[in-house]
Amino acid sequence: MQKNFIIWITALIFVAAFSVAGTAYYAGSAGRAKLVVSTTTSLYDTELLNTIEDQFEAKYLIDVYFISVGTGLAIEHAERGDADMILVHSPTKELLFLEEGYGVCRKIIAYNFFAIVGPETDQSNIEDLSPIEALSSIVEVGRREGIKWVSRGDDSGTHAKERGLWTTAGFNWTEIRNEGWFIEAGAGMGKTLQVADNLEAYTFADMGTYLKYSKDGIISLAALVTEGEELLNVYSVIAGNQTRHSGINFDGAITFIKFLVSEEGQRIFSSFGKNVYGQSLFYPAVDLLKHNSSPTISQWIENYAFFRGFECPPEYQDDHPELYAS
Amino acid sequence: MWDFLQNPIFQITIRSLQISGTATLLSALWGLPLGILIGLKSFPGKELIKGIFNALLGMPTVALGLILYLLFSRTGALGFLHLFPSPQAIIVGQAILVTPIIVSLTISAVGSLEPEIADLAKTLGASELEAFFAVLRESVGGVALAIIASFNRAIAELGVALAVGGNIRGFTQILTTYIALEINRGKIEYSIQLMIILLAIVFTITAFTNLLQRRIK
Repeated sequence: MQKNFIIWITALIFVAAFSVAGTAYYAGSAGRAKLVVSTTTSLYDTELLNTIEDQFEAKYLIDVYFISVGTGLAIEHAERGDADMILVHSPTKELLFLEEGYGVCRKIIAYNFFAIVGPETDQSNIEDLSPIEALSSIVEVGRREGIKWVSRGDDSGTHAKERGLWTTAGFNWTEIRNEGWFIEAGAGMGKTLQVADNLEAYTFADMGTYLKYSKDGIISLAALVTEGEELLNVYSVIAGNQTRHSGINFDGAITFIKFLVSEEGQRIFSSFGKNVYGQSLFYPAVDLLKHNSSPTISQWIENYAFFRGFECPPEYQDDHPELYAS
Repeated sequence: MWDFLQNPIFQITIRSLQISGTATLLSALWGLPLGILIGLKSFPGKELIKGIFNALLGMPTVALGLILYLLFSRTGALGFLHLFPSPQAIIVGQAILVTPIIVSLTISAVGSLEPEIADLAKTLGASELEAFFAVLRESVGGVALAIIASFNRAIAELGVALAVGGNIRGFTQILTTYIALEINRGKIEYSIQLMIILLAIVFTITAFTNLLQRRIK
């Protein structure tokens, strides 16, 4: 009996030592500052953020911690002071975030396009229609033949965009969401695409995630409607407001923002996925806006993601005008 | 060798073991004395307390995760601790999660002992503390089971780790949150590999306990 007791005490000491060693290991990385960035699933699912993180951490003494959730929760995290900055794609919510005093120093960093994707058979015949016409056709065929539409339904930036499109197309989202053909996945972009694929349904996806899933052979959905101003998707970063939450790593956030808008940071966006997918999943926005190198796209971005004609209205620039120097 | 140590799967596995191991140890620290105390003493309301701990056994991890997130968040009651997001937050969460398991199983382990043991020890001149260890020694099999069951519950849970850890690469990413993430990314094959690691850990530890218990008996 005594011997067994000794075995147990030894095991206990072993576990204790293991725990202490592990905790010491975490404490050991305290030399580097910590920057918590809450961001969207669509960016995370493409693994772009891993590349950004690695390049940034190699250059600065800052550890970036990405928490990937829907835009809704990402903003909530920052409002509670749990995240130092946000990286999202929902201009309406971003404006609110600035106006309520939670964030400063917004920068538009990249863009791509959303797509209406669906089964290759395309029973609703939406291929090459305009986004608005496509949605009308999907509703009509959905009501008649029960072909499904899968919505993100998770209060994310993509979800907000989709709801906006329904409104533009003249449908009342709160009404159609209750109809039988309308399914809300309540999940991230990747999961939603998989659900739509399984149901042979239509859905609304950001091109980055769609391309990755499609090329990886995870889904067999086709991108049916990919053009039009209505499908523009713009990614921005906003630093938390340190007068609101004094504990946040504001300097780290500004350093990270400057890295993202730098040539080096922008190159990550333009080159990411090119080798694997044959095309970029994201397009850098900084140069485009600065030099107006593509007037049409610049105009679209201004229409969609500028506030009162500003990327970030002066009162929210928080003494960092250098970010906005043209 | 260094490459292997740098392998993300290896690091995630070690992190999982470390977080859940610490959580189990922590909950044993308060759970064992509490369980033995409740098991040995008779007092009014004892059945009620046992009932409460039994009810808490079924605590949904998402519910506990949400409660802890609201507490640990900067604007929450414990926000000043700056625990969200961190491995420490997961440790505390899992420790709370498994406490009812340790307490309940210890109560029944102690309860199944001959009631005379503590009294006997004391009549032989043992102090209160020595009597406590005498009971612990006698019920070692049951207590071991309580600890292992707790560890298995901790390492297999997802809700708490996701809510207060955030599945941050290289920081709070553990086996369960990583599997959930990889499934979302559509990497089913990768998820299966990770699942096998998780199952191997859980089954190995359970088998080891069974073996040890048999030897003790």
